[in-house]
Amino acid sequence: MEKKWTELTPDEKREQRFRRWLSPPGVTFASPQAEKLYKERVTRFSKAFTLQKPDRVPCILPSMGLYAAYYAGTNLATVMYDFDEMKRAWRKVLHEFDADTFVPPVLVPPGPSLDAVDYKLYKWPGHGLTRSTLSYQAVEGEYMKADEYDALIRDPSDFWLRTYLPRVFGALKGFTQLPSWTSFEEIVTGNFLPFANPEVQAGFNAMAKAGMESLKWIAAVGEISAEALAMGFPGVMSALAKAPFDTLGDTLRGTQGIMTDIFRQPEKVHAAMERIAPIAINNALSSVAMAAAPIVMMPLHKGADSFMSVKQYETFYWPTFKKVVMAFVNEGIVPVLFAEGSYNKRLDIIGDFPKGTVAWYFDQTDIFEAKKKIGNRCCIMGNVPSSLIMTGTPQQVKEHCRKLIEVCGQGGGYVLAGGANVDEGNPENMRAMMEAAKEYGKY
Amino acid sequence: MSEDFVNKMADLKEEEVLALTKKRLAAGEDPNKILADNTAAMAIVGKRFAGGEYFLPELVFSGELLKEVMALVTPHLKESSAKTKKLGKVVIGTVAGDIHDIGLNIVEFMLDVNGFEVTNLGVDVPVEKFVKAVHDINPPVLGLSGFLTPAFDAMKETVEALEKAGLRKNLKIMIGGGQMDDEVRKYAKADAYGKDAMAAVTLSKQWIGAK
Repeated sequence: MEKKWTELTPDEKREQRFRRWLSPPGVTFASPQAEKLYKERVTRFSKAFTLQKPDRVPCILPSMGLYAAYYAGTNLATVMYDFDEMKRAWRKVLHEFDADTFVPPVLVPPGPSLDAVDYKLYKWPGHGLTRSTLSYQAVEGEYMKADEYDALIRDPSDFWLRTYLPRVFGALKGFTQLPSWTSFEEIVTGNFLPFANPEVQAGFNAMAKAGMESLKWIAAVGEISAEALAMGFPGVMSALAKAPFDTLGDTLRGTQGIMTDIFRQPEKVHAAMERIAPIAINNALSSVAMAAAPIVMMPLHKGADSFMSVKQYETFYWPTFKKVVMAFVNEGIVPVLFAEGSYNKRLDIIGDFPKGTVAWYFDQTDIFEAKKKIGNRCCIMGNVPSSLIMTGTPQQVKEHCRKLIEVCGQGGGYVLAGGANVDEGNPENMRAMMEAAKEYGKY
Repeated sequence: MSEDFVNKMADLKEEEVLALTKKRLAAGEDPNKILADNTAAMAIVGKRFAGGEYFLPELVFSGELLKEVMALVTPHLKESSAKTKKLGKVVIGTVAGDIHDIGLNIVEFMLDVNGFEVTNLGVDVPVEKFVKAVHDINPPVLGLSGFLTPAFDAMKETVEALEKAGLRKNLKIMIGGGQMDDEVRKYAKADAYGKDAMAAVTLSKQWIGAK
């Protein structure tokens, strides 16, 4: 008799999820060859993630972020608003690069939606940045004040709705006047009144417009995703999740704020992170449920070597981060932990996960040292330097990859990848990475 | 100099430092002495940061603490407060198309506590603004900060514009931040790459000839 999902062990859950990834429901492959390649690629990643030896080292090209815009001779400002151009650019990368995976334009935000709500947390080309800029960038700020911890901890959703959203979305400033949703109880009398307020209505209208604009965007993204799958390219990330410290430090309090809070109100920082952790977990779990790949990408930010001491990392960053990661592991999902910056001083701490359950994706960390210290427990990914990809020759890139594969590839559990995504640069350097994986990566 | 005050400030004891500041001011002490103590304390903070004992949180918090002390002291200051002699001028900024400022502000702090006169041009600084600043301020050292890969080209363009304006000859240029390294330094034709804020201090000292 088949066991219920909740009765399965984490390993059994992962096996089931991997099986679904291998034969995704609803996908019609373009040809038997495409299906064969798809299965080979998924198997390659699945084995590397679980510390086994695949047929060869899998490779994720650093061109999987916003690079397609540059490659197709357009730019981010254009593709954020012109979804036909977006499709053309991503299709060009899809057809012209040999790769193990493909990331559809999910990282291209829908410009008209952001405009509709007057998004202030980010600047993008043509909106705070010159049109030719190839990326969007977050605007550091105190979107939650130092004395608002109690409000956040008491009811995070309410805090988000009535305090945070009005600060980051100009069009939602009327939401400060919304009633608490939980005030609707029993017979309702005056509770509707705030919704008669024109500012509140303007907020809902803006959200509705953003939603309608996003429908056009998702149609375009979905079209490219489906094409990529049909051609045999699996996705390798289905959801994003953040470490609670980063949610607090990046999204809410800002660097200045969080660093000060560590000294002035450490217990509130801890309490807030405990409150944020289950929210991060549930958001990612619901995204994964809708996609084929059982993988959550966690871009990590303020836990890097240069941001805090080892002791601060152990005290403030690690505990709730580990809790989030373990929730994914226990659900049979592979967390890919992207360690932006350098993690050289964290290597004695970050391997503390069940063997073969998580992948550490390194940017500037000494990856050979990482392989030595945590390579027997965690999959290692990375880390061809962006500078080499941007300024080096294909030969130099290939040679660098050869060394990475020789050392990190030993015994399996390695994925060749860039240190970070690049937004421009010589396409031949990407192709050199793929060549290296095929030429030197065979087991 | 009050050793106790300096140590408490360097140890980031907020309440005690503020209480002591109030006490000293109430006792009619020369506020310039408190300023000198601030400088001494910040130098210790800078040293601890460089030595790996302090990290970004301590640096940020020391800045907060300094602001609080200054808010107490400033009303008591007379106009004639003695200016300390600076080692030399350094202009810094994050290049065009990039709005990251965390690293930039640490570099400003470290250069400042190590005795340099720093002009921080801020983020997303257009090439022309760098050229104008170098022309007007005439610093021996320029620091370019950048976090993302598009900064590679922005740095290169900035250096080339300075060459074109005839301002490159007596100017040393250092770069740093996120995805920067020595390859980028070569690409952008800068003089040095620094991996952290202390490197900016070491390079500036080396170039300006201060020990």
